[in-house]
Amino acid sequence: MSTRNLAKNQPETFAFTDEHKVRIEKIIAKYPEGYQASAVIPLLDLAQRQDGWVTKPAIDLIAETLGMPVIRVLEVATFYTMFNLNPVGKCHIQVCTSLSCWLRGSNDVVKACSDKLGIKFGETTADGAITLSEVECAGACVNAPVVAVGDEYYEDLNYETMSKLIDTIKAGNPPAPGSAVGRQGAEPEGNRTSLTTDPTQTTPMQDLAVAKQKHEEAQEAARKAKENA
Amino acid sequence: MPKLTIDGVEIEVDPGVTILQAAEQAGSEIPRFCYHDRLSIAGNCRMCLVEVEKSPKPVASCAMPVGEGMVVHTKSEKAVKARNGVMEFLLINHPLDCPICDQGGECDLQDQALAFGNDKGRYVEQKRAVKDKYMGPIVSTIMTRCIHCTRCVRFVDEIGGVAEIGATGRGEDTEITTYLEQALTSELSGNVVDLCPVGALTNKPYAFTARSWELRKTESVDVLDAVGTNIRVDSRGREVMRVLPRLNEWVNEEWLADKSRNACDGLKYQRLDQPYVRRDGKLQPAEWNEAFDAIAGKLNGVSGQKIGALVGDTVDCESTMALKDLMTALGSENTDCRQDGAAVDPKVRASYLFNTTIAGIEEADAILLIGTNPRKEAPILNARIRKRFLAGGVKIGVIGDATDLTYDYDHISGSADAVSKIADGSHPFAQILKDAERPMLVLGMAALTRADSAAILGAGYAIADSTGMVSGDWNGFNVLHTAAARVGALDVGFVPGEGGKDTRGILDGAASGDVEVVYLLGADEIDTAKLKDAFVIYQGHHGDAGAHVADVILPGAAYTEKNGTYVNTEGRAQLGQRAIFPPGDAREDWSIIRALSERLGKTLPYDSLEQVRAKLRDTSPDFTHIDDVVTAEWEKFGAAGSIEASAFTYPVANYYQTDPISRASRTMAQCTQDFVMGKTEKATGTHG
Repeated sequence: MSTRNLAKNQPETFAFTDEHKVRIEKIIAKYPEGYQASAVIPLLDLAQRQDGWVTKPAIDLIAETLGMPVIRVLEVATFYTMFNLNPVGKCHIQVCTSLSCWLRGSNDVVKACSDKLGIKFGETTADGAITLSEVECAGACVNAPVVAVGDEYYEDLNYETMSKLIDTIKAGNPPAPGSAVGRQGAEPEGNRTSLTTDPTQTTPMQDLAVAKQKHEEAQEAARKAKENA
Repeated sequence: MPKLTIDGVEIEVDPGVTILQAAEQAGSEIPRFCYHDRLSIAGNCRMCLVEVEKSPKPVASCAMPVGEGMVVHTKSEKAVKARNGVMEFLLINHPLDCPICDQGGECDLQDQALAFGNDKGRYVEQKRAVKDKYMGPIVSTIMTRCIHCTRCVRFVDEIGGVAEIGATGRGEDTEITTYLEQALTSELSGNVVDLCPVGALTNKPYAFTARSWELRKTESVDVLDAVGTNIRVDSRGREVMRVLPRLNEWVNEEWLADKSRNACDGLKYQRLDQPYVRRDGKLQPAEWNEAFDAIAGKLNGVSGQKIGALVGDTVDCESTMALKDLMTALGSENTDCRQDGAAVDPKVRASYLFNTTIAGIEEADAILLIGTNPRKEAPILNARIRKRFLAGGVKIGVIGDATDLTYDYDHISGSADAVSKIADGSHPFAQILKDAERPMLVLGMAALTRADSAAILGAGYAIADSTGMVSGDWNGFNVLHTAAARVGALDVGFVPGEGGKDTRGILDGAASGDVEVVYLLGADEIDTAKLKDAFVIYQGHHGDAGAHVADVILPGAAYTEKNGTYVNTEGRAQLGQRAIFPPGDAREDWSIIRALSERLGKTLPYDSLEQVRAKLRDTSPDFTHIDDVVTAEWEKFGAAGSIEASAFTYPVANYYQTDPISRASRTMAQCTQDFVMGKTEKATGTHG
C-alpha cells in the first residue's frame, strides 16, 4: 500500500441515481438526529457502486449531503482501501497476498493472473474490462488463498483454478462463488477432525437438580467446618 | 474526590481528571506530544505512558481518568522503558534533520529525545518520505517530520472552527493535509505552528531567518486589534523576527491571531526614519530642529480653535496623554481619538467597554451580536465565543450580515432596525435574553459608526436595561472595538472638549478653512483628501495615508519600539515593552511631543516616561491597575431616536490589512491576495 490520493483526472460532476437517492434517505434515517455523518461509509459505497470508483465530486456531494467537512469524507475514503480512488475496470479482481494466503500459495494465484491478463497489480487490461489489485487480508484465511471478484469471494485457488476462473470471467459466465475444491463454508479439507460424535448420544446428561443439591451440601459443610474452626 | 498516589505523593483531585493532569498537580511532569490541555484528548502518541500498579500494561496517562487508590509511577523503570520504546518508534520515520529544521532548539521531539531516546537507532531500513503540503501563506510544511499527533487537526476543528486539516490514509501512510491542499482559511491558523511539537508545521514568513536561541525575547502587548493579546516579541539586533503569543487566561489564553503574528515584517518596510518638511510642494528630509521650526513657525499666531488633533488606532496612552496636554496648552479643544466617529459616550466608561470581559463570555448563556463580525474584528475574542458555543447551552443571535462566524447562531436580521425591535421586546430574541441568567450583547463598530449610532447605543442601553443584563457582578453590555488605542484614548479623555470639534468637525473644518493646523498622531484611517488645504503635522511610524498629506513628518516608534500602555476593549490596561529601537532618527512618541512642546514654549511638565504614567494615573484610576479590569460604573447613556432600516457597513473588510503596519507587511499582502482576492489554490512550481 502506498499513499492514497484522489485521481488526477476527475469528472466534472456527480449525482446519485434516483434509486440511490431513495436508499440514501433510508440510510440517513437510521442514525439519530445530529449523527448523520455516520452514514458516510454507506454513501461512499453507493457512490462507488454507481461509478466503480469514488470521485472528487462524489466526495463533495456526500460532504454536503451529510453536512460534514469535506476533509472528513476524504479521510474516510482514503482510510479504507476498499474505496477505489482511481477508475477500475468492469471487473475488479482483488488478490489477497497476506500471510495465510501467501503460505497457501497466493504467489501462484498472482502469477496466474498476470500470465492470463498480462497486467500487474494496480493495472487495468487494455480493453478496460479487468483491474487487478493486491489487497491485505481479505478476512477469509480458512479458505486461503482467496480472491475477491467484485463482491464475491473465490477460495482455495491455485494456478490452474485461478486461470480457469479468469477464462470464465472473460467469457462472461463466472462460476458460483466459494471454494474451488468444493469445501462447505469454513469446514476443514477432507473430513472433520473434531466434533465427530453426536453430543446427545455420548455425553451423559447432567441432572441439574442433583448437581445443585450436591453444591449446596458442599457449601454447608464448608461453612460448618469454618464455624468449628 | 478520588485520592491517589503519584510518585509517592498522595493527592486528592477532582473526579474525572486524567492521570496526566493529576500528576501535574502532584508536581510530576509527564512527557507528551499529542495531549494539549486546550484540545480534545487523542491519546495517539503514547509518549505519556506511566506505570499504574495492578495494571498489566503501561497506561496512556493523558486518556486515563484517575481512580480511587491508584498508585502511579511516572518515573519507574517500566514507565521509562515504555517511553524509550515509544520514542524509538517515533524516530523510525522522523528525519534527523534538526540542523536544517526551523524547530531546532524549541522542538518537543528534540527535547524529549534527549531524555528518552537512544544514542543510536536500531532501525536500518529506508525511512518514509512524505510530500509537503500547501497550507497557505502562513504555515510552511515539511511533512516528513510529522509524527501524527493530530494537534493541528484538532485545533482547526475545535478552536479555529474550520475543519480543514485532516489525516488521510492510514498506518504508515497517514498524511496530514488540507483538502486538496487548499490554504487554511482560519484567522487563527498560525497557532498550529506553535502547537506542532515537531518541525512539520513551521512559520512560513519566519522560515530559515533565525534560531530560537539567538533571539531576544520581550514580553509585550499586541496592538493590531483591540483584544490586547499578550505577545512575546522575538528580536535579533534591530529587527523583529517573529511574534509569539504569551499565556494570559483572561485575554487570549495561549492563542494569537494571524495578523498579529505575521504582520511584524511590516515593521521593516515603509518606515519613517527621519523628519520631513514639505518644501516647494515636496516632502524633503530634514533635521528635527528644522521640523520643529516649521511647526513653530506655522503655529505662531494661530489661535487654539484653529488647531485640531487626531489620535490613531495603535497609539500608546502616554503619547495620547502628552498630545492631549499639548493641545490643552495650545488652547485647542479640537481633539478626537475616534477616527471612525464611533458614537460611544466618553463620559460613561461602561458605554465603551467590553464590560463582560473576554473570559466572562464563557459564563454567558445568551449572546446578541449587533453590527459586529468578531471573527474578523477580534479573532481571539471570537474563539472565546466559539468556546462558549461548544460548551453548549447558549443562544447566539446576530443582527447584521450572515457570515460564517465558526458557530451557529440565529440570524435575527440583516437590518439595523431590528435593534429597536429587541429593545421594545417585540422580537422573540428579547425574551431569550430576558430568560437568560447571564445575557450579553456586543455592539460592533459597524453599529456605532452610522448616522443613527447614538440611537443604536441608546437601544443597546435599553436592551441591557430591560433584559436584566446588568445585575450584581454581571454586566452584559459590551462594545467591541477594532482599534487598540481607542479605549485608552477615551480613558485619557482625548475627545472634543467644551465646544471642540470631533473627527468629522476637524476634517470638515480643514476643508473649509476653519481649522488651519491638524496634528495627526498615527492617524491614517481618515479621509485625508479633506486635509489638502490644512497644515498637517503627521507623527507616526509608517509612510501611510496620513504621511502622504503631511507638511511636517515627525518619525515615531511602532509598538515594538517603545514602552507604552495600551488599554484593550475590556478596559484592561497592559504594558507593552520595547523590543528594539526605532529606526534611524525616529523617537518614542511621547518624547517627541515633549520636545515639541518645549520648542513651542509650552513645556509639558514631565521629563520621563514614569512621570507621564503618573499623570495617566492622576487622569484616570484605570491606569493604576495594570493587567486588571476596573469595573465601570453603570450609568445612563445613549440617545433615543429611530434606527434606519439598512444594512451595516463593516469596518474590517480585509482582516489582513487594517493598519499601517499590516498594510506594509508582505505576508499580509500575500494573505490578502490569497484569501480576500480569492486565490486559494496551490502555487505552481515556478511561482515565486
